[in-house]
Amino acid sequence: MTLAKVIGTVTSTIKHKHFHALKMMVVLPVDEFGAENGESFLAVDRVQAGMGDTVLILREGNGMRQLFKQEGFCVRSAIVGIVDHVEPMSVG
Amino acid sequence: MILGKVIGRVVATQKYQGLEGQKLLIVQPMDEHRKDRGTPVVAVDTVMAGLGDPVYMVLSREAALALEPWFVPVDHAIVGIVDSIDLMEEPS
Repeated sequence: MTLAKVIGTVTSTIKHKHFHALKMMVVLPVDEFGAENGESFLAVDRVQAGMGDTVLILREGNGMRQLFKQEGFCVRSAIVGIVDHVEPMSVG
Repeated sequence: MILGKVIGRVVATQKYQGLEGQKLLIVQPMDEHRKDRGTPVVAVDTVMAGLGDPVYMVLSREAALALEPWFVPVDHAIVGIVDSIDLMEEPS
């Protein structure tokens, strides 16, 4: 899974049926120290995440189909957890 | 899933049989600030997007699942037209 920060939301009325009634958020991957760590992308929210939250993202289709219990589901990324605390091990 | 902007259309009469009747659009991926990111791609359209529309796309296998019947050979599918992108204010 990917550690990321919620930086925005996307609203859209005209969308594929699988995306109906799903909240779409813009997320930015971060490392364990909270520093930006990749390109932003979109993920569907499943845990009522808010702006600025550090979250856990599942970025894999099969996991989505199990999460939504729907075969042939075309959503690929979802926010599956809100992170309270990250404790990076001090190395060395 | 990524954001993009429709910048053109593709017409291909000679193509794989599963692609008949599918609308092909050229999409320039973009970030949440609507700035271009990476190179344009050809995506199948599932939401009647038009030229200039901001959209979001699903990639790889999920793109093939966005179509009926499944597993038409596509790796980018437009699955939503963006109404608005609301971003967190940057900490000044």
